[in-house]
Amino acid sequence: MERKIRVLVAKPGLDGHDRGAKVVARAFRDAGFEVIYTGLRQTPEQIAEAALQEDVDVVALSILSGAHNTLLPKTVEALRARGLDDVLVVGGGVIPAEDIPYLKEHGIAEIFTPGTPTSVAVEFIRQHVQAG
Amino acid sequence: MSEQLDRIVREKERWQETTVREALSRFPERSEQFTTNSGVPVERLYTPADVQIDYLNDLGFPGEYPFTRGVQPTMYRGRLWTMRQYAGFGTAEESNQRYKYLLANGQMGLSVAFDLPTQIGLDSDSPLAEGEVGKVGVAIDSLADMEVLFDGIPLDKVSTSMTINAPAAVLLAMYIAVAEKQGVPSYKLQGTIQNDILKEYVARGTYIFPPGPSMRLITDIFAFCEEHVPKWNTISISGYHIREAGSTAAQEVGFTLANGIEYVRAAINAGLKVDDFAPRLSFFFNAHNDFFEEVAKFRAARRLWARIMKEHFGAKNPKSWMLRFHTQTGGSTLTAQQPLNNIVRVTLQAFAAVCGGTQSLHTNSWDEALCLPTEESVRVALRTQQIIAYESGAAETIDPLAGSYYIEHLTNTIEAEAKAYIDKIEAMGGAVKAIEAGYMQREIQEAAYRYQRQVESGERIIVGVNKFTVEEEPPKNLLKVDPKVQEAQIAKLRKLKAERSQAEVDARLADLRAAAQSTANLMPPILAAVKAYATLQEICDVLRDVFGEYQPSEEF
Repeated sequence: MERKIRVLVAKPGLDGHDRGAKVVARAFRDAGFEVIYTGLRQTPEQIAEAALQEDVDVVALSILSGAHNTLLPKTVEALRARGLDDVLVVGGGVIPAEDIPYLKEHGIAEIFTPGTPTSVAVEFIRQHVQAG
Repeated sequence: MSEQLDRIVREKERWQETTVREALSRFPERSEQFTTNSGVPVERLYTPADVQIDYLNDLGFPGEYPFTRGVQPTMYRGRLWTMRQYAGFGTAEESNQRYKYLLANGQMGLSVAFDLPTQIGLDSDSPLAEGEVGKVGVAIDSLADMEVLFDGIPLDKVSTSMTINAPAAVLLAMYIAVAEKQGVPSYKLQGTIQNDILKEYVARGTYIFPPGPSMRLITDIFAFCEEHVPKWNTISISGYHIREAGSTAAQEVGFTLANGIEYVRAAINAGLKVDDFAPRLSFFFNAHNDFFEEVAKFRAARRLWARIMKEHFGAKNPKSWMLRFHTQTGGSTLTAQQPLNNIVRVTLQAFAAVCGGTQSLHTNSWDEALCLPTEESVRVALRTQQIIAYESGAAETIDPLAGSYYIEHLTNTIEAEAKAYIDKIEAMGGAVKAIEAGYMQREIQEAAYRYQRQVESGERIIVGVNKFTVEEEPPKNLLKVDPKVQEAQIAKLRKLKAERSQAEVDARLADLRAAAQSTANLMPPILAAVKAYATLQEICDVLRDVFGEYQPSEEF
């Protein structure tokens, strides 16, 4: 049987806006992924550790506090420091378009901004995990 | 009367069978079923036969029980609502400038946004604060920052609302201390602290301590303010964030009032008399796009709270029965696509809040799905309120939509649905128990997911997002918080710690620890610690040590 795609949905930083994270987690589960949700206020180190423990294919980071330029690259670093080089990292939240190139340069494969249908994120993950 | 109603019922049936049927055979309706934004079924037409109104008992008169038509006898004919824009970012200096700008543009009261480290009791030099300092609000580490924040703003003249919850006692103490330095005694201070921890557990996420000690901090504030800061609104029981998290309108009312009941019960159990503290309770609601549903929601909330306070808690003072509320337009309704359309959404929402009888109002800026608002976009948001106030006519008569068959039907429906939620929560043992069991969180998540699916299936249209879309360039000139804010705050903090009397700070923190371990009111030792320039985190760390921290269970 084909292994299900495993996704860690995580909230780095201090903001409590988890409506998006939870809706996306539900949509991923309905799409057939195995989903783990970290809860709020996770540090990059905690997220990377959870990714390692849970042996995930994807880390999906939701952030609406404005601290994305600091915390998203740090999470990628923490993952790579644990040898998780193949884990796909994606992000979502209120993230200005002008910050996206910087985040992509720092290992975030894609950023999903407000209004993105969950099906777009699901499709992106299917394509990139299977390709990798 | 009932003969006339019978006739209306018969005539409506006739109309459906003849005129409507004929029209439908040629032009089917757009949909099989119509609903409000929250999913309440909507009929083709409402007539006097579709809504039961006992006018004197259910609607009554403004300023009188059950306050369905408004809490003030003359409403906006006497005084307009308070136009109060939530603002704050970067350092205290920058936010102080924005407040002065807003006051110069006709804003009537301040509303302080704190950054996330401040909201969860961390100083700017905490490792957890990295990247967050000054981002979603102003960074406040100690009384020294608060002195800068209100520099040149007379605290006996303005009223100030502070969106602060878990560490509300500390920020209120700082405000009292700043006022004292301006020569303003605490009994003259007017404003609000949000201080609503229950909705933090449910929807907003900036909790620190577990429910027990959190409720104690809240009732300590009630007791302290009753004596020393009598004009202060000691809590703003908030449905806003519950709605933003995806609830329906009826859940917003039901869960908020269930939380309100829990606070009232906690205060009574702490030995306070209901009529001593209840007049200082205030509420905070959302305004979404379904204009009629929102107007009905505000009216239903007022009537339901009045009945709870009078009938359930036996309050005697009419002020204890009044649900006074602030409204903010719905952040989650703003779209990043074609963002100027948000001005129209905000207008509809603000108009609903005014037609629903709000006491104060924040209008969101059109660019807030993208970033913090610029001065220019905030001015448009404030002007939106001023246009409603001075040009729309909505402020000239009280509760202008009352008597609309549809509005009264929706008011009854939302009241009944909200009441059913409250009864269910009470049967579970109250709001704290319901939250610990994850009940409110699950109900909200279900509603949020249902809504998202409706949007993705195209069943629900959002203009510019899933219909009427265009290719567009991302907007430019967005407001950016200088990343140097964190360094500046850390430098200020170092300087403060070097210059203050450490012995004094240690002594005040030891007093606070002793008080936390006893049942003494915590406000006096917090105020003393603040005046000694103990930092926010130093104070909260003492309380964390004694009280522990809240550990949520996460489900989705």
